[in-house]
Amino acid sequence: MSAPFDLNDDSVVVIVGSGAGGGTLGTELALKGIKVVILEAGQRHNMEDFVNNEWESFSQLAWTDMRTTSGSWRVHKNFPNLPAWIVKAVGGSSVHWAGASLRLQEHEFKTASTYGGLDGANLLDWPITLKELEPWYAKAEDRMGVTRTNGIPGLPGNNNFKVFEAGAKNIGYKEVSTGRMAINSEPRADRGSCQQIGFCFQGCKSGAKWSTLIAEIPRGEETGNLEVRPQSMVQKIEHDASGKATGVVYVDKDGKTQRQKARIVAVAGNSIESPRLLLNSASSLFPDGLANSSGQVGRNYMRHMTGSVYAIFEKPVHMYRGTTMAGIVRDEAGFDTKRGFVGGYEMETLSIGVPFMAAFLDPGGWGRSFASAMDGYVNMAGLWIVGEDMPQETNRVTLNTDVKDQYGLPVANVHFDDHPNDVAMRNHAYAQGAAMYDSVGATRSLPTPPYPSTHNLGTNRMSEKARDGVVNKHGQTHDIPNLFIADGSQFTTGGAENPTLTIVALALRQADFIAGEMTRKTI
Amino acid sequence: MATLIDRRGPSRRAVLAGIGAAGALMVSGAAVLNPREAWGLEVTALKPETMRTLIVMARDVYPHDRVPDRFYAIAMKPYETDAAKDPALKALVEDGVVTLNTLARANYGVPYADVGWEDQRVALLRQIEDSAFFEKVRGGLVVGLYNQEEIWPIFGYEGASADKGGYIDRGFDDIAWL
Repeated sequence: MSAPFDLNDDSVVVIVGSGAGGGTLGTELALKGIKVVILEAGQRHNMEDFVNNEWESFSQLAWTDMRTTSGSWRVHKNFPNLPAWIVKAVGGSSVHWAGASLRLQEHEFKTASTYGGLDGANLLDWPITLKELEPWYAKAEDRMGVTRTNGIPGLPGNNNFKVFEAGAKNIGYKEVSTGRMAINSEPRADRGSCQQIGFCFQGCKSGAKWSTLIAEIPRGEETGNLEVRPQSMVQKIEHDASGKATGVVYVDKDGKTQRQKARIVAVAGNSIESPRLLLNSASSLFPDGLANSSGQVGRNYMRHMTGSVYAIFEKPVHMYRGTTMAGIVRDEAGFDTKRGFVGGYEMETLSIGVPFMAAFLDPGGWGRSFASAMDGYVNMAGLWIVGEDMPQETNRVTLNTDVKDQYGLPVANVHFDDHPNDVAMRNHAYAQGAAMYDSVGATRSLPTPPYPSTHNLGTNRMSEKARDGVVNKHGQTHDIPNLFIADGSQFTTGGAENPTLTIVALALRQADFIAGEMTRKTI
Repeated sequence: MATLIDRRGPSRRAVLAGIGAAGALMVSGAAVLNPREAWGLEVTALKPETMRTLIVMARDVYPHDRVPDRFYAIAMKPYETDAAKDPALKALVEDGVVTLNTLARANYGVPYADVGWEDQRVALLRQIEDSAFFEKVRGGLVVGLYNQEEIWPIFGYEGASADKGGYIDRGFDDIAWL
């Protein structure tokens, strides 16, 4: 069972964060016989404790520590202190993700070469290719039990999918299905099949959905090599005079400051907290923050080009019944500049309940127009658009030294402006989504603005050359060999696909690399 | 306003309310009453007339004709509770209502809650929609109104499902009109 390691044990790998990246990396290292301590800022819940109520669940799971925002994105106006809707709990945002598990496309690993120069876009090719990542994608899909891979059948389509599918086919789309989902369509890996509960975002109460909380961390703990310490908020990564990471300082569940020594430190706090931690760890040796010789830490913040289309029909849909996101159209995901933009987008079914619909349909909206849309709730179908947004150096996580968190540390400020390419793509997607629903008889379409970010990417980007980014192709920081990044902040560019499968594939690959380097004693 | 209503008495007010915007809402002593829905809301921190105005305003902000007044009243009740311990909030609400009523009188000769048409009242709200008072009331309603489980059936939303075994045997794919 879970092995408690000593604070002074400097042979352990310390991982900051227990989500898709950190939870997977920690478990995989433990399975390889390597001692791991995961420090998780949030609490540990059991799946039975999850709540089928949107606001109650938000209070239970969401990261609501103070953050600030700036820029022209609408989130700054409507949700100034909630740039992202992500989780603070063991399992991280893998507790709340919807399960869509897609590989990036080949060209999305080389956008600088494929898209060419684009004003304001800090495009860069990844230092790895799809081909190099394919074996790790395959391993991740097997491990997560992704439907439509490994002989696993697709999930059945719910009402929201049936409307979506009919509309997609009506307007000529070919690649429409209930998608590749890390949600069991039949019992697998000691977990049952989907009960169509409809609260995927609130933590799956049946255990059908993969998360590090239920599917990875317990396996790691069984080896005796993994200890997860919940309610442990890391404040700073420390280093020695040679610039090698030596451990981390954190505040434990009792509010006491502790110092955990480490052989290796891996940061997996998601794309807002990870750069914040590097920046807050600035020292006399690294005055601009750790691993920041390129100046790229915190920059190129991406959140995917998103938006939703809800449509109201004459008759009931009950879109909220069943799996939240088991439905996808992939026809627009490719690269085709005839549409007036580079990159592509996916359309995926999405449903939120009445409480969140009120908050997110048209934030700040009121009056008959808004209320009559809400009156149409039971007759609504909905889809989410998720596309590649352009990395921009000015879209950026910085320290806001004017605002301190509960520990007295500067909070993260998230600055974001849409790139014109993002706007063109969103408008195209709004029109296509509305056309799908119109073709099935929608009486009203509601182009809904992006929610607080769920896909946070790019703030510690991967690059071949140290001057262009923060980490190399293994997520190892260019500046500090025993400091790694294990979350979506590594993404060089965002692709059009939901990022979790890629985060998991990279974590599995990174575990292999770290184990090899430890054996070779290079770190 | 409270003294005016007290002088006229509840029955006179009920008659007026019946033809005015406030529907069945009336003020009696220290309470807002809705005889048709058989409920009363006692208010002490705020003026009763202020609470009546807030309830009318709440419906104008998110007008759902199938949602009874009591749910708007429940959504507004925290302002009464919070105003008792928060003088700044109390001032924000009372002053906001005074502003609204001043606008209403200037345009229609009656207080806000007695302006006859929703469109007319909404036109007044548009004039104050950038104010802290309006944003406080509107923002509070998003959760205070729509997170009341009792109103979800009116919208056709069924709420929690895991305790009922999900929808796998309860219509997750029962759409028949496509």
